[in-house]
Amino acid sequence: MTDFLQALISGLGVGSIYALLAVGFVIIYKSMQVISFAQPALLVTGAVMVSYLRFDFGLNFWIALPLAMVLTALLALVIERLALRPMIGKPVFVVAIITIGVDIAVRVVVNRFIGLGARQVGDPWGLTIRRLGAVVVQERYLWMMLITAVVVSLLFAFFKYSRVGLAMRAAAFDQETALAQGISVGQVFALSWAIAGALAALAGTLAGTRAGIDQQTWVLGLKALPAIILGGLDSVGGAVVGGLAVGVVEAMVSRYQGAYFPWLGQNFSLVSPYVLMLIVLMIRPYGLFGTPEVERV
Amino acid sequence: MLAVKNLEVVYDDVILVLRGISIEVPEGKIVALLGANGAGKTTLLRALSGLLGVHEGDITKGEITLDGKPIHRRSPAQIVGLGIKQVLEGRRVFAEFNVEENLRVGAHTNARAAKHNMERVFALFPVLKDRRKATAGYLSGGEQQMLAMARALMSEPRYLLLDEPSLGLAPLLVQQIRDLIVEINRAGTTVLLVEQNANMALSIAERGYVMETGKIVMDKPAAELLDDEDVKEFYLGLGAEGEKSFRDVKHYKRRKRWLS
Repeated sequence: MTDFLQALISGLGVGSIYALLAVGFVIIYKSMQVISFAQPALLVTGAVMVSYLRFDFGLNFWIALPLAMVLTALLALVIERLALRPMIGKPVFVVAIITIGVDIAVRVVVNRFIGLGARQVGDPWGLTIRRLGAVVVQERYLWMMLITAVVVSLLFAFFKYSRVGLAMRAAAFDQETALAQGISVGQVFALSWAIAGALAALAGTLAGTRAGIDQQTWVLGLKALPAIILGGLDSVGGAVVGGLAVGVVEAMVSRYQGAYFPWLGQNFSLVSPYVLMLIVLMIRPYGLFGTPEVERV
Repeated sequence: MLAVKNLEVVYDDVILVLRGISIEVPEGKIVALLGANGAGKTTLLRALSGLLGVHEGDITKGEITLDGKPIHRRSPAQIVGLGIKQVLEGRRVFAEFNVEENLRVGAHTNARAAKHNMERVFALFPVLKDRRKATAGYLSGGEQQMLAMARALMSEPRYLLLDEPSLGLAPLLVQQIRDLIVEINRAGTTVLLVEQNANMALSIAERGYVMETGKIVMDKPAAELLDDEDVKEFYLGLGAEGEKSFRDVKHYKRRKRWLS
């Protein structure tokens, strides 16, 4: 039981990173109907920025992190403006491919800053361990959950109550009608990229806690894909649940697969999210939480 | 005054939809715009509200002026800011939002006065007040049309462009919508009313324009249009030929050409 709870908590911790990323994907998808494959690059960019702000500029982690989020959001704004805005109205496929190009280009630059080894992000948790009864967990997992919970609740409140958040939802629902209400759809696109960029930076930094980031960290960004497929592409809540689920599945497989299914080989947990994605695609291709169509009968 | 001069609109760089349209919408009046399907009425409204871009349309000639200042190069958001607002055909409420959220989106450009304006539109449309927390997609057709109009009024527009508000509504509801339009107009909003239901539109309008294949073919006070033989025949279904024998009606005679 202790084992199970430990696996569950670490799964939820890592899952909350996926959740943050997945929410970014969903926000961009809802506003532009495009899956942005540039998220992994933004994720590494954010983490590298924290690393430099922390060690080369000597800032406190809690100052470096928000600052890096803002800077990454600005980078995302620039990417949206230069690479994506001119492509409005072009086939979705073309735009998605462009985001792959952007991803590669940004990563090449960022990799120079990472260097060959791993870079620490200088988080305050390190190897600290917390004991909750018999359960021993790394403190950073608890922080990941807490931060994600706070950020996601803020986002929900933003979309529900703020004027701009409402405008973003309106533009996602019906662009022409939103335009007719005086909403600038260009601003909505820009804002969705900025939010997704900030979320990616946060996720990257959280992922870099303890072990640091290296040139392979970006692969983590792809784990958001199973999460959004699981939750439904157009549901922010679904993305959160999907992210957490993927994290938990991964942790459980990594904990128990060796004992029960040794013939699957080592590190099967790394592919388990994609197996989950395949299963979901086969039985519920629209995801668990795809928005139900509102229709009068 | 909102004025259109010699407006020419092309879709996709090839399809000429408006061929030199000129209309005037004087402040404080209701102006009706009639025409068959495909005449270009909706396109004209899109040109006025800046929504041509969404449909790959482009203004190639002519101009649109508001109080003498050209506005046809402005973005939709700027045009809404100037006080011109279009209610799109087919209601187009945000079906997943509730009534109140729909109205708040309508107040996007005028968020400060949102509270005050919400009270104002609730007074005008009491049905909406009763259903303020209801999901908009589940409202009845008439309620949705009212919501679409209320949403447009939330930014206190000076000019309201209504695209077929009677579309798909029962006769009683059409009457109700008509009375509401009169009331909105009386409260100081100028209305440009695009309609297939010529009877309803002309009964409340001051002036009427008739469009055909991208041109204005008639431009008269509404009362004169109601009496016009051609309008009677083609829009009101009160033509003389119902009494004629079908033997006399050769089909090529039925192909009416305006201004010929």
